[in-house]
Order: sequence, then C-alpha cells, then structure tokens
Amino acid sequence: MTAPTPSHQLDQLEPVLAGVARAASPDGHRIVFPERDAYHDVVAAHRSAGFEMLADLTAVDYLGHPGRTLPAGVAPERFELVVALLSVSQRRRVRVRVQVPEVDAVVPSLWDLYRGAEAMEREAFDMFGIWFTGHPDLTRILMPEDWEGHPLRKDFGVGRVPVQFKEAPGPR
Amino acid sequence: MGLEDLQHNFLTGRVEDLVKWARRNSVWPVTFGLACCAIEMMAVGAADFDISRFGMEVFRASPRQADLMIVAGRVSQKMAPVLRQVYDQMMEPKWVISMGVCASTGGMFNNYAIVQGVDQIVPVDVYAPGCPPSPEMLLHAILTLHEKIRTGEITRRRAPAAPGAEELAGWVPQRPDAVRLGTPR
Amino acid sequence: MTPEAGPGLSSETFEGSQELADRGATAPVELGREAGSVLRLPEGTGVDPSDIDVEYPDDETMIINMGPQHPSTHGVLRLMMELDGETVLRTKPIIGYLHTGMEKTGEELTYQQGATNVTRMDYLSPLNNELVFSLATEKLLGIELPPRAVWIRMLLSELQRVSSHLMWLATNGMDVGSTTMMIFGFRERELVLAFFEKTTGLRMNHNFIRPGGTAADLPDGWEDDVEAILDNVTARLASYDELLTGQPIFRERMEGVGSLSADEALALSATGPILRSTGVAWDLRRMMPYLAYDDVVFDVIVGTYGDNFDRYAIRLNEIRESVRILRQVLEKMPAGDYRVQDKKVTPPPRARIDESMEALIHHFKIFTEGFKVPEGEVYVAVESPRGELGCYIVSDGSSKPHRLHIRAPSFVNLQSLPVMMHGGLVADAVATISSVDPVMGEVDR
Repeated sequence: MTAPTPSHQLDQLEPVLAGVARAASPDGHRIVFPERDAYHDVVAAHRSAGFEMLADLTAVDYLGHPGRTLPAGVAPERFELVVALLSVSQRRRVRVRVQVPEVDAVVPSLWDLYRGAEAMEREAFDMFGIWFTGHPDLTRILMPEDWEGHPLRKDFGVGRVPVQFKEAPGPR
Repeated sequence: MGLEDLQHNFLTGRVEDLVKWARRNSVWPVTFGLACCAIEMMAVGAADFDISRFGMEVFRASPRQADLMIVAGRVSQKMAPVLRQVYDQMMEPKWVISMGVCASTGGMFNNYAIVQGVDQIVPVDVYAPGCPPSPEMLLHAILTLHEKIRTGEITRRRAPAAPGAEELAGWVPQRPDAVRLGTPR
Repeated sequence: MTPEAGPGLSSETFEGSQELADRGATAPVELGREAGSVLRLPEGTGVDPSDIDVEYPDDETMIINMGPQHPSTHGVLRLMMELDGETVLRTKPIIGYLHTGMEKTGEELTYQQGATNVTRMDYLSPLNNELVFSLATEKLLGIELPPRAVWIRMLLSELQRVSSHLMWLATNGMDVGSTTMMIFGFRERELVLAFFEKTTGLRMNHNFIRPGGTAADLPDGWEDDVEAILDNVTARLASYDELLTGQPIFRERMEGVGSLSADEALALSATGPILRSTGVAWDLRRMMPYLAYDDVVFDVIVGTYGDNFDRYAIRLNEIRESVRILRQVLEKMPAGDYRVQDKKVTPPPRARIDESMEALIHHFKIFTEGFKVPEGEVYVAVESPRGELGCYIVSDGSSKPHRLHIRAPSFVNLQSLPVMMHGGLVADAVATISSVDPVMGEVDR
C-alpha cells in the first residue's frame, strides 16, 4: 500500500466542490456540506476520484440540540444525513453531511453508486423517516413491518416502562 | 410404621416417581439462543461445563422434539410472536427457563424495542438472573428445574368437576414448588 | 414504494413487506441485483428483463424460509431463499429480530455508562465495542491516554480477537459438520475467558474499557497467564490444522463456495476477513493505525479466491498473528497509569474517597451526572474480528451523547450474502452464512 498522496486525489475533487462548504473535524477528516441537490453529484465525484467504499451512512435528528457549529452558508435543518466515504487506495476518509428538512425529507439514494448503501439507507428510513429516491426496496429493516413511527427521532419516546421498587423515590 | 416409611426402590416405588425420574434426566432443550446469553448457553453445552452429564446436550432444533425452552437473550417486539409460536409447538410437558435478565425482566433495556420479561408471553418455570449468567448459574437453574420436576405434580391440570376430585380437595404436595438447593433444613 | 406516497409518513403504517416476493412480483432492477450484477452498470444502461432468468416462471421456483429460529448458531437471522431445485437463485436476509434500541438507549446513558450499552452489540468481541466508543469519546474530549492504558487496551483487544476467532472456528466447524471442532474451540476459548474474568471481573460484556483508559489495572501475574494462553493456543492450532485444513471433506465443502470478487466486495462495503479474502489487503490496524499498532510487527493475511476456505484460512492465521502481537505486547508493556489523570473525566481511586472531600465530589459528579463532552461530532473506526467497527458520536455539550451510531461490520457484511449464495446449493447456505460471521447483536443493535 502506497502512502497517501495528499494533493492528487483531493485536487481532482476541487471543481465539484467549488461552492461547497467544508470543515475539518477533530478526527482529522475533511467534512463537506453539499446542498441536497448537489449531494448525489458530489458523492459520485468522490467515487470517481478513488473513494471506492461507502463506510457508513446514517442520519442525525437535531431537534433539541442547543446549537451545532456549521460553516458559513450552510442552513441548518432538522435532519442531517451523514455519509462516511473511504478510499482504500489513498487511505483517506471524507464525511459528507447533507441538511435534510423535516417536511420534505427526501434525498437521492446512493444505491446506484454504492451497492452497500442499500441496508444503511433502509435503516435511516426506518429509524428517521427519510425517503431515498431510487432505492430498490425501501422498507423497514429493523422494526416490524407494521410499526408506526420512527424510533430514533427525538420526538419518539424511549418507551420506558415504569418499574416499581419498594423504596425507590420515583422513576428516573 | 407402615408402607409409607419404607424406602422405595425401582421395584417397589411408584410409577409417578419413575416417570419424573425419566423426565428430569433427559430434558432436551430447544435451540432458542437469541443474544449474548446464547453464547454462555453454548459454553454450558461444551466441554468445560458439560450438560451432557445431565442428559441435555442434545439441543433439538425442532420444538416438537424438545421439552425445555431456555430463552437465552433479549426478546424484541419482532421476535415475540416467533417465540410464542415455538412454545406452542412444543409438546406437553414442557418447561421454560428464562435465562438472563433481559429474558426475565427486560434487563438493562427498558425501551420500545424489548419485551419486558418473557413471562409476558410464555409461562416461566425458572428465572436465571445474570448478564449473562455464567455457565455455573445456568447449571444451577437447570438443577432447580430438575428439583421442580422431581417434586411437582405429574399432570398439571386437574379438572375441578372430575369424579374423585372431592377427596383431593385440600391436598397439598409434600414440598413447595420453589426449592432452594443447599439450604439447610 | 414510491416517494410520491410522501414523506411525513408517520401516520402510514405499512411501508412494504420485508419478505421475498415472487419472481413475477419483483421489479427487474431487483432481479438484476440479486442475479449478481452488483457492480455499477455503465451509464445509460438499464437492466434488460430478457437478460434475467426469465426461464424461471413462478411455479418452477420455490421460496423457502430459514429462521429466525434455526439450529445454526448465528442467532436470529431469517433468510428467505428462492430455489430452483437445490440451487439458490435469490436470497433475502430479513433482520430486526434482535433490535434492542441500543442507539436510542445510548442517548439516555452518560458517556461513563455508555460502554455497558455498546458492549452488548457485538457480544463475541465486546471489548472492541467498548474500545471504539471510548476512542470516539476521547477524540471529542481531546484527551491523550497514558501509554500503559493504550497497551492494556491493545492486549485485551487482541485477546478478544483470539477468542472471537476461536468461537468462529468452533461454530463454523459445527455448521460444516465437525462437532469436535466445536468442543475444541470452546475449550480454548475458556482459557481466554478465564483470563478476562480475572482481569475484568466478567467472562463477557465486560464494561472494562471506558473513556479515559480502563477500569482497573492488570492483575499481578498477568504475564504468566497470558503466556500460558499463548503457548496453549499455539500448540492447539496445529491440531486444528490437522483436523480441518488438510481434510478433503472440509476442503470440498469450503473451496469454491461462496466466492466474492474484490470489486463486488468494495461495492458492497464489505470489510474484515471478507474483503481480505478477495485479495484487498485492507486492515485498519495496518492502514489507519490506532492504539499502538504501528509499534508492533504483524502480517495482514490476504486470500485469493474470496471463497469460504479463504475466509477460514484468514481467521485461523489471524489467530497466529494475534498471538505474535501478544508476545510483543508482553515484552513491551510500559509501566504507568492505566487511565488518564484528568479529574474531570476519571473517577478517583476508591481509597481516596474516604480521605478527600474533593475526590468524593468528583466521584459523585462523574457517576451521577457524568462528565460533559464538548460539542462536536466524530467518527472513529477500529478493526474488529468482523471488519470495520465504527462509532459516530454527535455531542451537544452535555453528559449524554446526542446521537450514538455504531457502524456494525456484520450489518454491512450481510449484504454480501445474497451475492455469495447466488448459484450455489442450498446445502452450502449454512456454510456460507457461517463464513460471513454475522453477530446478530450488532446487525440489529
């Protein structure tokens, strides 16, 4: 395995990433913040530039979060789709964060680029209710078929059953 | 001094005792390992802890051939109907050991996804706490179950209106069902 | 289901069946995918229905269901397979039977308690889960660990790898038919678990690796214990080779079965022994080192054909490599603290609580309220015995994570199962599932 060349791979991506906000994270990875419309193209460009593997795809619900740091020009929405890409040849990771609004929570699917996105997108759909257009089989994956609601949303309660102890002061 | 004081052996004992002896020395579990407790259950079946000395190493895949269901692990909402179906397919007499705290009460997962205790779905005979219970604890639970089989009634159901039921009214078994092994009398 | 049916769908209850539909009811794109066209199609190409196995009308194929309760020891995995006689055409794994809401639970527990939750995901290598969670938390906290803590973690992580691969050898042997291998594997594993019980207090689900270091130091005499384990395992690995590797029946059952190519593996995001069996030498311990893996010498085992036998050989030899790493750890273990001495993060030693009021307050705050972690988000990955185990934490500045996500390797690796099984025999299904090594606790979380 050759050592990662810092400039070549990321240079290839400059044209696509013009106008896309970026940041660095404590783990040393670059983070890009494309708009929802440009998201699929940005990931496709990364794939062509040598990010062969989709490491992780998940979502976050920022309802109730006191305030996250976003670079200038990125309008925060309730949901954020987080895609971690991995370049095996260049030993580099990049994170793509897309803001997804609450009311129209639809994003394009990455299934045509990375087949491994299938189960991860189904999980994001099941847990958050984000639709992925172009996904071959967008059904619930972890919850039963007829479950109502999306458990990892912040307005879905934990579902804790009150437990009675003799001397306990009250539920936690 | 009467016949009751005689120590019975296999020639002069009751049929009921013989049946109970056979039942408790060959309890065959059905494979129902769900999560981490399943690994400890497999360890019990392996060489170091060896339930083969109790006649139990044959984990039957088919519930029709099994007597015991050791619910080893957390039961999720999606798995609950499957659990009930497997339990219903087992033949009487059947017993259930709820292994681990997740199966007994929901454990550390008091949330939307886990059934808070498998006794909400099936009747449980022995609860084995632990997270996971070490193999010795599971063996203790199994031996408790054997004791329960030894001292319990051979048929669970007694119809109240059956003939001869009057003379059985008020009859209590000679020992209580919950038995603690090793407790000095 | 089309997106025109709309988001804002929390009122809608049935988003679609999770089961495998009949051939006639399946869209061509899905048939194309299951037929093995995993790789990205060239631009402008659609999937031509006449290319797909149209000669199988509905009544010639049979859809059977395997699980979720079945005798293979891989937990509650349900597989629906479409068979033409004995040949497997399509497979659909249906998961969720062990979904525990651990990511939701993680939002309710403090970072100090988080390890208890995370450790139960991959229950065959719980210390790795705790490790990745602790590494992610420490990245957010921005603290640096003392060397001894790092090396203790490495010791435990490699021992965990040995025990997990031994368990895999045991269950894989049993799935293929060799009950002797099951007994052998568990016997060896008991040695490692006895050491864990001595060190961490528990055989499984240890809750020992915590943010800031580890919960306690290694016990006295640990070098002798570890050395005894290593000598024992090394000797016994030779008997596994004798039992399985050269044995013709085992080789017939494993060679050529469940093959996967490197491109397919990368497209499906497979990592760990599955990816390495296809020839891609990707091991996070070597490529993106964490802990002190760049201070030890070890080889990355790579296969050639991507079949079940390669994965067996990789895992067997990874035990040998882990033994090699462990011998180096035995020599190089530094002295020092087993956890970082930051009073805000690390609870004080128990004896000091009696002496110092400040220690008592710190202990109280850490265990009731928890330590606060600065706002931010981080993704950290380690190499678990199954592949890339990642942890993504979003912190909101409080003592509980705002979002905890674990990228479970088995969840992603299961996607490669339909491709591996396509065109094989149903009798090989069990062997192939076993060689993917899924742990349903982390698949479903």
